[in-house]
Amino acid sequence: MKTVLILGASSDMAQAIAKKYASEGWGLQLAALETDLIEPLAGDLKVRSGAEVQTMFFDATDFSSHQGAYEALEPKPDAVVAVFGYMGDQIEARTNFEEVRKTIDINFTGMVSVFNIVADAFEKRGSGSIIAISSVAGDRGRQSNYIYGSAKAGLTTYLSGLRNRLAKKGVHVMTVKPGFCRTKMTENMELPGALTAEPEQVARAVFRGMEKKRSVVYTLWIWRWIMLIIRHIPEPIFKKMGL
Amino acid sequence: MRTISDWGNYPVIEAEVSGFDTADQLRSKLEHPGDVIAFGNGRSYGDSSLQERVLLTRRFNKFLAFDDSTGELRCQAGVLLSEILDVFVPRGWFLPVTPGTKLITIGGAIAADVHGKNHHVDGSFGQHVISMDVMRSDGSIITCSPTEHAEFFKITVGGMGLSGLILNATFKLRRIETAYIREETIRAANLDEIMDCFEASGDWTYSVAWIDCLARGDAMGRSIMMRGEHLKRDELTDPSRKQEPLILKGGVKLGVPFRFPNFALNPLTMKAFNVAYYHKCRPGAHLHVTDYNSFFYPLDAIDNWNRIYGRRGFTQYQFVIPKEAGREGMRRILKRITESGLGSFLAVLKLFGEQNSFMSFPMAGYTLALDFPISLKAMDLFKELDAMVADYGGRLYLAKDSRMDAAMFEKTYPNADAFRQSIATLNQGPTRFSSLQSKRIGITL
Repeated sequence: MKTVLILGASSDMAQAIAKKYASEGWGLQLAALETDLIEPLAGDLKVRSGAEVQTMFFDATDFSSHQGAYEALEPKPDAVVAVFGYMGDQIEARTNFEEVRKTIDINFTGMVSVFNIVADAFEKRGSGSIIAISSVAGDRGRQSNYIYGSAKAGLTTYLSGLRNRLAKKGVHVMTVKPGFCRTKMTENMELPGALTAEPEQVARAVFRGMEKKRSVVYTLWIWRWIMLIIRHIPEPIFKKMGL
Repeated sequence: MRTISDWGNYPVIEAEVSGFDTADQLRSKLEHPGDVIAFGNGRSYGDSSLQERVLLTRRFNKFLAFDDSTGELRCQAGVLLSEILDVFVPRGWFLPVTPGTKLITIGGAIAADVHGKNHHVDGSFGQHVISMDVMRSDGSIITCSPTEHAEFFKITVGGMGLSGLILNATFKLRRIETAYIREETIRAANLDEIMDCFEASGDWTYSVAWIDCLARGDAMGRSIMMRGEHLKRDELTDPSRKQEPLILKGGVKLGVPFRFPNFALNPLTMKAFNVAYYHKCRPGAHLHVTDYNSFFYPLDAIDNWNRIYGRRGFTQYQFVIPKEAGREGMRRILKRITESGLGSFLAVLKLFGEQNSFMSFPMAGYTLALDFPISLKAMDLFKELDAMVADYGGRLYLAKDSRMDAAMFEKTYPNADAFRQSIATLNQGPTRFSSLQSKRIGITL
């Protein structure tokens, strides 16, 4: 049985991803800050598939704990999917540096800390999939969320470099950009239907992308084109837009 | 705040919308005073799950336990029937009762006490519920069953989410040997023929008829009966299916990507569809093997099919009249509908068996369900139909309704008064379970 480690397993997206892997016969290691939220999920997965399910505490910003946490894993995972993230409050981040630090620590530094460890282990072993949920917000800085966006841009760039390093070593690195997703963060928001993915769609895209060893996955194809256009708007025009 | 509506896209309202992951989170949401109602997967047609504040249950969707020897499944109320099928059909289990869509939650199935093609044999969904936990508006949790807190259980099954929010439920799945159905289709030339056919189909587990509600005169009530049984393993002949009799290969998923303009569905296009659909089935009876999705959920294969009705939205008029009134009553009502020319292509006829629930819709008799695009003319027609349905001692299905008035509800649901009083007692605190529908038909204030 193959095993997947899901980091930040309490989010809607992570839960959908966990269910998808379970339905494909994978064993699961669920790690989250709020362990009380992943216990019901673990029970659910056991009923679903009889899969091996472990739950564990994980704090993305407690960087020094990451090495030990990875060493304690048994078995070592065949794939790691990092779903944790923090949207943050852009307005507050302008004046409150703690908000900035938190946004960067979770979305960028935490990811880098974990993946440095995983990458070394997978490289030595010569196999494995490293998958991270990044964001279309990182494709170009916009006034409405450039702190979050720049942390995600950093993550996207890091993953691109990691992929470049590990491609020849049999290790697959995949960047996932979901676009709008119907989750608890957005449940009271008006979202454009055609641009909004359900968590289950993200989960299917993650699993299929892993099987096909894709590099960069946009959950909904339309986002690839939207971001392509947004990236190519000349800066003199872009800076005057209210995005 | 965001706009929200149920399946008929009528009415559409602005609501404060939020979900929950744990019972504790739900309890803290119920601490805010005001009117709230649970919202599952939005497949009721009207305003049963609409309110100024709406509690989404879809995130509360975990399986809790399954007993392989008895088929007893315990799960949270936000689980969809489709999720149960995906997990348990390959293991040889099927739902005890299923409506014509699998995209509803368990909570919704119990609250609306849904029925299926096997009602005459197995009753409604609520009759298969062994026990459930329900959170009341004061945050307390009641574990109820037909024997424990039986009164509360009674008003919760079919209680449209007004007694409390169903957290989880235990119910029994049924054993199946294959994922296939042995289906027989029979073409009936008119209403009498199809009713004879229902009378003669009592031994079949599943039976339902599609009825052409635009055909008039001698052809009025012409129908196609579909009846079926779960296929046994040794009845499978196709070698590729025989190997994995419980596994279905993925089908093609179609979708309606945007709302059609209102004029797309007009008398001409609907008539054309009905004529074609009727004649697609040759006269006489035909046996074939089909998979459970095609048999039970043909429309689920088309994402967002409700969009074909356009922005105006639609409603489904589903009534039942007692069997004694059946032939004459159904003929009169159907005649009025065909004369109006307003019906559309989705009209379904079924003979229910006995039912003795407190608030549930089914009763021994004939039920007819028809979709109508929303229009003033249709609203006038419904008023006329209401009067006929009430005269015959019938009633309307709350899960489909968006327009019945309080007098009609009062007249046709024998326990309306007792139910209203029970709900009033439960709703004494500052937080009340109440929907736009329950206000409209006078169950809540």
